[in-house]
Amino acid sequence: MGEQLVQTNDLSKSFGAIRAVDKVSLSVWRGEVYGVLGPNGAGKTTTLRMLAGLVTPTAGTASVHGARPGSPTALARTGVLIEAPRFWPYLSGRDNLRVVARYAGMPDRAVGGALEAVDLAGRGGDRYAAYSLGMKQRLGVAAALLKDPELLILDEPTNGLDPAGMRDMRALLRDLGERGHTVLLSSHLLGEVQQLCDRVGVISGGRLLAESTVDDLLGQAGLLVRAEPVEKAREVLERLVGAGNVAHADGSFRLRTGPEQAGRVSRALADADVTLTELRPLERSLEEVFLEMTGTERTGR
Amino acid sequence: MIASLNAELLKLRKRPATWILLGVVLGLTQLFGYLLPYSSWLTSDQNFQTQGLNPQAVLAGTLPGELVPTSLGGFPVFAGALALILGALATGSEYGWGTLQTALTQRPTRLAVYGGKLLALAASTLGIVLATFALNATVAGVIATVESRALDYPSAAELAKGIGSGWLILGMWAGLGAVLGFAFRGVALPIGLGVVWVLGVENLVSAVAGSLLTSLQPLRDLLPGVNAGSLVWSLAPGGGSTGEAPPGVSDAVGGGRATLALALYVAAFAAAGALLVRRRDVT
Repeated sequence: MGEQLVQTNDLSKSFGAIRAVDKVSLSVWRGEVYGVLGPNGAGKTTTLRMLAGLVTPTAGTASVHGARPGSPTALARTGVLIEAPRFWPYLSGRDNLRVVARYAGMPDRAVGGALEAVDLAGRGGDRYAAYSLGMKQRLGVAAALLKDPELLILDEPTNGLDPAGMRDMRALLRDLGERGHTVLLSSHLLGEVQQLCDRVGVISGGRLLAESTVDDLLGQAGLLVRAEPVEKAREVLERLVGAGNVAHADGSFRLRTGPEQAGRVSRALADADVTLTELRPLERSLEEVFLEMTGTERTGR
Repeated sequence: MIASLNAELLKLRKRPATWILLGVVLGLTQLFGYLLPYSSWLTSDQNFQTQGLNPQAVLAGTLPGELVPTSLGGFPVFAGALALILGALATGSEYGWGTLQTALTQRPTRLAVYGGKLLALAASTLGIVLATFALNATVAGVIATVESRALDYPSAAELAKGIGSGWLILGMWAGLGAVLGFAFRGVALPIGLGVVWVLGVENLVSAVAGSLLTSLQPLRDLLPGVNAGSLVWSLAPGGGSTGEAPPGVSDAVGGGRATLALALYVAAFAAAGALLVRRRDVT
C-alpha cells in the first residue's frame, strides 16, 4: 500500500480514572484520506492530540513520519488543526500567519499564498478577533497548509461552518487528497466521512472498533426481496441462502448475501411459483453501520 | 530557538499591552523621578511637604549625575510589578487563547518555543530599561540646561552597571510572571498573586522582620524584592544625593550577594517554567 505516515500501537491515554483512549492501533498510509469516526467524547480529539505531540500517551506507541509525535521531524511535514482554530486575537489574520510561519521556519512570503488558498487575501489585514467563525476556521486551515505539509491532521474541520462553508471545506479537503496530501481527519458527521475518506477508523468509548475502507464497511450488505406468498417465499429463500441469513421485517426479506446472487434468487422464486415484486441490493448507510457498531459498544459497556 | 524568538518578538511588538506597560513604566518613572521632585524644587519656598529635605538635594536627584539611582528607584517595586505582568501576559495568555497548541504544532520543540519566549521577554525587559534610561537622560539634560547645571552624566561603566542591574531586576520579575503564567495556565491569577506578592507580602515581611520579629531577617534576605532593592541601594548608597531611599530600596544585603540571588532566581524561574512546559499535556 505504500508508506505508513502514521502508526499507533495500543495507544492509550488516561486522565485520572478516565480512560479516554484505550489501546488504539491504527495506520494511515501515504496519499489516503483517513477518517476517525466516532460520537462526541469517543476519544477522537485525544487521539489526534497525541499524534500532534500535545498530549503524552499513558501507554502504547505512536509514530508520525517515522518519528515521535511532536518532534521537529514529525511536525516539519505535518499541518495540524485541532478543535477550533487558536490564534492571537489582537493580530490581523496576516500577522497571525506570519507568527505561525516564523515558528515553522517559513518565509513571510508564504503567507500570501496561504491566505489566497482559503479565500482570505482580501481580509488578511483585519483583526482576527473580528473574523466570523467560518473565516477563523479557514485561517486555521491556511495555517495548517502553510508548510505545504505531506500530512494534515484535522479535528472536526467543518465544525461551526455554515452549509456553504462546509461544502467549500470538503471541496478543499477532496482537492488536497487528490493532490497527494495525506489527510487524517476526525468527524462525527457520517456523510462527511463517507464523502471524503478512503478509509475509516470507527472509535467509541476510547476503543477502535473497526478500521477499514468505507466500501468494506458498507459491503456487508445484502439483498432486499418482496415476494408473495410470504411463507412460500421464506421456504425458498431459506433453502437458497440458509435460514440464518434471512430476516423478515416490514413485509420484506433481507438476505445476507452478495448482490451477485440476485439472479439465483429471482430464478428460484419463479421456479417455486412465487411472485417477485421487488428485488434490489440492500445498501447500508455508514450511519447504519456506525450505529450498529457504537450501539453494540454502548450496550456492551 | 531563533525561529521561536522571531515569532515571539513579532507577537510582543504587535501586542498593545506591551506598549501600555512600557508607557506606564516610563510615565511613573517620570512622575516620581522627575516631575514631582522638580515641582517640589520649583515650589520649595512654599511647599511644606519638602520641609526637612534639602531642596538642592532634591534637585540633584533630577540631574544627569543621579541618572542611575533615579532611573532604578522604582524598579524593585512598581516597574517590577509591571514586568511581572508582562511575563504573566506572555505565557498565561497562550493558555487563555489556546495558542500554545498553535505554537507547539509547528516545527520547534517545546523547549525551543519556551526558550524563544524567554529570550523575547529578556529583550523586552532590556528595551524597557533602555527606554527608561534614554528618556530619563533626556529629561535630566533638559532640567540641567534649564537650571544652568553641568551636564555631568555618569560614566559609561556606571551606566552599563545600572542598565545591567535594571535588566536583572526586571528580568527576574518577568521570569516570575512567566512561570506563574505557566503554572496557573492563565493570566488573572498569576497577575493577582504576583502583584500582591511584589507590592504587599514582600513589604509586610520586610517590615515585620525589621521591627517585630528580627529573627525573620535571614528569611527576608532571601526574598526576590528585597534583593532587588538591595541591588539598587548598592548603586546609590544612602538613597543617593537626596538621602531618601525609594520604597523597596534598602541595604538588607550587599550588592554582590543581591546580584547572585537575583541571577539564581532567574535561573530557578527559567528551570521551573521549562519543567512545566516540557511535561504538561496541552489540552
